[in-house]
Amino acid sequence: MPAVEAITPTIRKTALNAVHRQMGAKMVEFNGWDMPVEYPSSGGIMAEHNAVRTGVGIFDVSHMGDIRLAGPEALAAVQHISMNDAARLAVGQAQYSALLYAQGTFVDDVIVHRLGDDDYLLVINAGTREKDFNWVRENTRSFDCEVEHLSDDFTQIAIQGPKGVYLLQKVTDANLVAVKFYWVTRGTVCGLKNILIARTGYTAEDGFEIYVPADERTSARVWSEILEAGREFGVVACGLGARNTLRLEGKLPLYGHEISDTINVWEAGLDRFCKMEKPEFIGRTALAQAKADGLSRTLVGLEMVERGIARDGYKILDDSGAEIGYVTSGSPAPFLKKNIALAYVPPRFADVGTSVKVEIRGQGVRAQVVPTPFYRRPKKI
Amino acid sequence: MPYPTDLKYTKEHEWIKVDGANATIGITHYAQESLGDIVFVELPKVGTEITAGKTLGTVESVKAVSDLYAPATGTVTEVNGELATAPEKINKDANGTWMIKVTLKNPGELGGLLSAADYEKFVTEEGGQ
Repeated sequence: MPAVEAITPTIRKTALNAVHRQMGAKMVEFNGWDMPVEYPSSGGIMAEHNAVRTGVGIFDVSHMGDIRLAGPEALAAVQHISMNDAARLAVGQAQYSALLYAQGTFVDDVIVHRLGDDDYLLVINAGTREKDFNWVRENTRSFDCEVEHLSDDFTQIAIQGPKGVYLLQKVTDANLVAVKFYWVTRGTVCGLKNILIARTGYTAEDGFEIYVPADERTSARVWSEILEAGREFGVVACGLGARNTLRLEGKLPLYGHEISDTINVWEAGLDRFCKMEKPEFIGRTALAQAKADGLSRTLVGLEMVERGIARDGYKILDDSGAEIGYVTSGSPAPFLKKNIALAYVPPRFADVGTSVKVEIRGQGVRAQVVPTPFYRRPKKI
Repeated sequence: MPYPTDLKYTKEHEWIKVDGANATIGITHYAQESLGDIVFVELPKVGTEITAGKTLGTVESVKAVSDLYAPATGTVTEVNGELATAPEKINKDANGTWMIKVTLKNPGELGGLLSAADYEKFVTEEGGQ
């Protein structure tokens, strides 16, 4: 009798997987990756979240993907496939942007880094790596530029929080004070030469992301040296749980939630990253039409007024109990100590102060529209 | 020993402590550990009939929503009101933090529940440790 073979999809692991397990992290599957969701040794999600708001936390974000476009027409290619204006980037500068389908909806959101005159690095989401790479390759064929998928080349470590700069400065010769937010530099990090250091992150806090070689030994050494260097700042290892609550407080979109292939740029409220004055990019024509047509739904921030926690996918109801929208992301906000959510609702419900209900286990629980982002980091003096 | 021997356990990770026809119910150490930071507990009102194996309420952590299942059938006589404002007490001491007290309809039905040793074995296997 033939044996029945179990078909288990391959779960991918970052080079730091063994380190996370050794640290006692709780592991979960996220977009096909076996990732730490929280570290009981760090105190769990709330403690990790608040460490990033007030001190420093580090994250393994090696599941994020990387696509490099380099060559004489790299800029033209990036301009064609992304909605922000990459022509405004100086060498060493980065911008938030997105790759769009022709109908103006999202392939993915990305950070575009300009590494050299004709050299761009797109940092993309874990769950969309292959889709993004194939889409980018497909849509840049007519340009004189090489497209490389570098996702597996890097261990990406995020060092986030107001004390992140002091921590990282201890292990690098790069002058970090000179690196502004959304700029990149290169320097020696933990003895490794020419490491890409970006002042970026997904926590609504100051911070850095470094890209080190993806071999396990190097990755583990860098991780532990950073933890060691951060001890005096109270650094903790942080998992995807805190990463999610941190980005939610800052209203940073998550693919598959606030943005997707059925949601367009205007609905998601990402207007300021979409440069319609660019003569051409994929999605532009549809977006011009969508703008003329007006919005049927828009992303709002909600704060629970009555007792209850809105969760992803819960329905939004009006006062009569009619369904008017849905929650894209909802959670307790550990730093703000409120229950918050992002939701799509028709524009007539989008004014700050508007009262709506969130359906929680069959009950309409009162919430109200509040200004976003829920959290904004204090300005440096 | 995270699982006291004077309690009985469900595979859904509740504990029940029986004293004659009265019982006290909470969630296990394993449950609080899996959930992480508990931020919200929704419990039935005094007088509510609960049925063995059916949901009786909800417990939520920062990242997860989890149903509470009744280990036995009975009537709620008391609710731990403290948990409305201090649900984190469950994280600190799951075995010592009760959720509801009930009058059991049939104290004999508890035979189907797990002993401390069996429950510990069950969660060790479930946790894949």
